[in-house]
Amino acid sequence: MTPHSHSAAPTTATTLTALLVALLLWLLLTGSLDGQELFIGLLVAVVTVLLARRRSALFDGIIWSSQLPGAVLLYLGYFLRALVHANLDMARRILSPALPIRPALVQVRTELTSPLGRLLLANSITLTPGTLTVEVEDALLTIHWIDVPPDTDIDAATRAICADFERYLRGFVR
Amino acid sequence: MNLLGSLLLVVGALFCFLGALGLWRMPDVYNRIQAGTKAVTLGTLTTLLGVALIQPGWWPKLLAIGGLLLITNPIGSSVIARALLRAGVDPWHRPEADKRGTP
Repeated sequence: MTPHSHSAAPTTATTLTALLVALLLWLLLTGSLDGQELFIGLLVAVVTVLLARRRSALFDGIIWSSQLPGAVLLYLGYFLRALVHANLDMARRILSPALPIRPALVQVRTELTSPLGRLLLANSITLTPGTLTVEVEDALLTIHWIDVPPDTDIDAATRAICADFERYLRGFVR
Repeated sequence: MNLLGSLLLVVGALFCFLGALGLWRMPDVYNRIQAGTKAVTLGTLTTLLGVALIQPGWWPKLLAIGGLLLITNPIGSSVIARALLRAGVDPWHRPEADKRGTP
């Protein structure tokens, strides 16, 4: 949420990552492997990355290793399951006449250090059952929780929300 | 494939409808954002998947749209929620459960 916190000049690896992402997006949008299309795409990707050079520091957070693809797939699988669960949970609350919600704001500290890691964590929390990331200040996340059960250890319960995602995310981001 | 695709379109529309219903039923803006974001994100993804089954040639574009939506939708919601919090909008509490006594 704070893209300027990493203001150091992006490394070569970071720039290459940004270039790859831009090129992949071009490929998906044109849906063609024609030589001329590819050439223009490469040109556009290079110009985009140069224009957005300072912002591409976001990709610093990626941990490059042979386990990266597997870790991303594991995370996506867990995330999609959580997203479906979140929707069934939300549907139940919306359709129930009693509107069973007991909302409160809670705070949790994350161990992820990179802006990309925190962005992914904040997004994951927003799309999963009953939670919405309201604020990210350094390592401290403020979360709007739609149903805080009474008499629970709020700190421990909040930790639990974060811990699973953090475990999956740490496989490929800092 | 066509049947399954159409079914997914209906399911997607249903989730979007639930999101709209949530906007109407929830007591305050934070809860409305919660209902809206989740339901509409999944609803849109389901719709995109349905379209991909009906028009297989479109899947690269649909994948790009889905990926961008997954990143930007929650960011948008979080930013709106953050602006509200900074502007001093207090979250709604269930009255009987509130120890501080504010409605």
